[in-house]
Order: sequence, then C-alpha cells, then structure tokens
Amino acid sequence: MSRRDFNIAAMPGFATIAIAAFVLLYMPIVTMVIYSFNASDSVALWGGFSLRWYAIAWENDFVKEATVRSLVLAASAAVIASALATLAALGTTRRKRFKGQTFIYVMINQPLMVPEIVTAVALLIFFAAIKKATGYTGLGYLILAHSAFCVPFAYLPIRARLEGMDLTLERAAADLYATPFQTFRRITLPLMAPGIAAGAMLSFVISLDDVIITEFVKSAGQDTLPTYMLGQLRRAVTPEVNAISTALLVLTVLMLTAFFLLTRKRG
Amino acid sequence: MALSQSARNGWLLSAPALILLAVGAAGPLLIVVIYSFLTPGDFSGVEWTFTTEAWFRVFFERDIFDDTVSAADAHLTIFWRSLKLSLLTTLATFVVGFPMAWFIATQPPNRRAAWLFLITIPFWTNLLIRTFAILEIIRNQGLLNSFLLWLGVINDPLQILYTDTAVLIGMAYVYLPLMVLPLFAAIDRFDFKLIEAGYDLYASRWQVLRRIVVPIVRPGIVAGSILVFVPSLGAYVTPRILGGGKNMMLGNFIELQFGQGRNWPLGAALSMLLLVIVLTALLAYVRVTSSEGRQNV
Repeated sequence: MSRRDFNIAAMPGFATIAIAAFVLLYMPIVTMVIYSFNASDSVALWGGFSLRWYAIAWENDFVKEATVRSLVLAASAAVIASALATLAALGTTRRKRFKGQTFIYVMINQPLMVPEIVTAVALLIFFAAIKKATGYTGLGYLILAHSAFCVPFAYLPIRARLEGMDLTLERAAADLYATPFQTFRRITLPLMAPGIAAGAMLSFVISLDDVIITEFVKSAGQDTLPTYMLGQLRRAVTPEVNAISTALLVLTVLMLTAFFLLTRKRG
Repeated sequence: MALSQSARNGWLLSAPALILLAVGAAGPLLIVVIYSFLTPGDFSGVEWTFTTEAWFRVFFERDIFDDTVSAADAHLTIFWRSLKLSLLTTLATFVVGFPMAWFIATQPPNRRAAWLFLITIPFWTNLLIRTFAILEIIRNQGLLNSFLLWLGVINDPLQILYTDTAVLIGMAYVYLPLMVLPLFAAIDRFDFKLIEAGYDLYASRWQVLRRIVVPIVRPGIVAGSILVFVPSLGAYVTPRILGGGKNMMLGNFIELQFGQGRNWPLGAALSMLLLVIVLTALLAYVRVTSSEGRQNV
C-alpha cells in the first residue's frame, strides 16, 4: 500500500533537489564543527586536530559568565512562560467560547507577529525610562522580556495537548467526589504534563537562541552567549567562536533528542 | 454580571499571561508610537516636544541650505532592498522547500520521522550560529571559493560576502526550515488518491501538480511564505553579519538610529512603518485563508 502510494506520488527531480538541499543545509554546520577542532590559528587553514579552542573558550571568563547568564535566563524564562501559558491554556480551551477570547489569542501570539527588532526597540525605550527612574539595572529586564516572548511558544504545545483531551476523565473524577483541586492535581495535570514539558523546552531553546531583544535590552556587562558571539564577530572571526557555537549546537541537539525520546515513550 | 462563570474563569486564568505580555511586549509598542512624534534629544533619547518631523524624514529630506524638499533616496533604497530581498528569500525557500517537503511526506512512515528530525535540528539551532556557519562557507577564503578555485572555474575568489547576494543566500539558508515545516504539514494531510484519479483522467505530471496538488496544499504554501517573509523583512542578524555596513536592511537601519544615528524618533517611526507592513501582510494572510475556508465549505 505505502509502496504504491510512493510510486504514484513520485515527482521527477524532487528527490534529487531534496537530497541536495539536505546536504547544503548541513554542510555549513558540519564544516563549522570540524573547524572547531582545528589546531591552527587561522579559520581558513587546517592545522590538525586539537581541542585548543575549546580550552581557550573554557578559560575565557567572559564566556563562562555569558554561559551561566544564558542558562539562568533561559531556565527562568522557561519556568515563568510555561507556568503562565499553562494557566492561559486552561482558561482558553475546553470551555464555551467567551467574549474576548480572540483578544486573548491575539495578545498571546503577539510576539510571533511583531518583528523582533520592533519589540527590541520598544523595550529599549521602555526599560531605558525605568532604568533612569529606578536605577535598577539587574537581570530582571532580560527575564521579563524573555518570559514574555516565550509565552506563545509555551502556549501552543500546551493548548494542543489540552484540546486533545476530552473531559470524560475529569467528569468521572468529579462523579467520584474528587474536589476540583484533586481532579486538577491527579487527572488534568498529569495528562497535560507532556504538553507543559514540550512548551518549557521550546521556551528554553527560544530564549537561549535570542540575539536581537537581548542585545537591545541588556545593561552593560550583561552579555549572553549569543550577544558575546555577535560582539566577537564584529571584531574578527576567531576559531573560538567555532568552539562556542559547536558546544551550543551539541546542547540543542541533546535537548531535542531527549525531547523526541520523551514524547515518543509517553505518546 | 453578564459574564458567565466559565468566561470569568477563562479571563482569570489568562490574566497573568496577559499582564506579562502587556508589560514585556505589547504595551511598550504604544510608547514607540508616542516617541515617533517627539523631537530627538541632543545625545540620545528624546525631548518632549510634539513634531511630525520624524515621519516626514522617513520618506523625504530637506536641503540644509535652501529648505527644498526631495525624496529621501537613501531611505527608499533601504526599503526597496528589504522588500526585494525578503520576496526573493521567500521565493528561493519555496523553490527548494517544496520538493523537500514533498520528499519527506512521501517517505515510508518509519523513515519520515528521521527526515523531519533532520529538518528540525537546523530549525532549532541558533540563528546566529547558522549565519556564522554560512559566513565561513562564502567568505573569500571559504569552502565555496576554495572549491571553485580548485575546479579552475574562477581565477580569483568571488567577492560574495558583504553583497546583497550574501544576504539572500544567508536568509534563504536560515529561514528554509520555516518554509518546509508548514509545507510538510499540508502535504502530509494530502490524499494521494487524488493524484491517482488525476493520472487516470490522463492528466500530465505538471497538470497534476498545478491543478490538484498546489490548490489543495495552498494554505501550507501561504503559511510558509508568511513565516519566511515576515522575519526576512525585519531581519537584523543575517544582514548585519553577511551584508556588512553598507548593505543595510530596514532592521539594521532602525538599530542605527538608536546607536550612532542618535535619532530615536526616526527609529521609532521606522519601527512603526515595519510593523504596519508586517501586520498588513498577516491580515492579508488571514483574509486569504478564511475566504478559502468559506469556498471549501
């Protein structure tokens, strides 16, 4: 059956284009990974295998600080965004459509629609005024901004999960005299957990990925890994950036793989 | 009081997320609107004097000596480049992305997941890293030029970096997964029996593709195009790294106003212009998809 479908659906040249595109998609990334193990000072010449640039990046205090900051920021944003998105998803699914629901959808998805540079500019202006008024220049601004733009990324998988759950089990629990809190704690929450985990992981990676908003919002000395790399690229391309990029890449791939395995087992 | 219990709970549960978004995303946009009508401060920031000068300067310039007004050619060049590169990026990702999505969707189910995984890895990988990776390939001593020199096709390295072509290559490269994923979702739902029916009725391959497949998967095409076009138009990182200082796009020009340009009101006006263009595109998308929904019913 699937074999016949395959033949019917075959389009000449499509497979060739697709395979070539996959190769081109991976070639730059693979090249970067290979060159991160280059012993030579130059980014162009191959000087043999070495972990030298990893050692240099590891020793670099700026990189260390930026890494810690990036991870703290991503973890905070993931926790805040997925918690608020869970509440919002519970509020907007599995109930009769109510007035203003479209407004809630638009607000939640707003960060997906507005170009990032526009939000970055808006936050720069807004936070500059607050910084001047209060004198506070801590990490709070970045956490606030990152949590906000992560909300839609957390909301979408959680809502998708909730929409796939009918109310039968919750009704059964209520019939058996469970309190609303017990029903939520023992039935709803465990059932929607994979959606929440997916939303949190999505938020974590989206926050870790962010350059533009962070670049505009950060106070002096608040580089994250991406903004540190952007600053380095402005000066000169060093193989050190290759090493940091590869490390970040490995982190992303590990998280993705874990995520796929997790959801596969449960679903 | 008109609010039912269910609606009230809906609002209460959504409230924390709405407040966060109002403070951390949507609300500050209103401040940008206000700033676009103020006078630039001496060093940075603004002075609270109302003027439409910033909006005027988006499109026109005044001669310093005789006050004659002419079109702001430099700005128009940047707008045109942003629009042109975004449209070309959308087109390029579609031409490459459609066969890719088709290929993945027609794989046997057990292998499909693996191919999808291969497209999601670049999708999740930091945009900066991917831009940086493509920079390594196209620079003068990069892999592409070395390869072409080795082949003997060229005698001197091609200057691709810091041109519009470099920005186009880079944007098509980084945004390709955004085109492939919605296309795949649409093709995956496609009933391949329709192709069989088309062939039975003596349609050619091209006719099948054009008259049966494309109309049915159009929502996916439109969604992919929007997903690529919108971030391309506001792109900042890719043109900054691959385009260099001269080949600015709208995003970089906006940033310039808040940095060296020291003209926050002009930057605010330009941001609002970008926002209006993007929202218009999104609204057109909603119109197209909802009217299509009606036709299908």
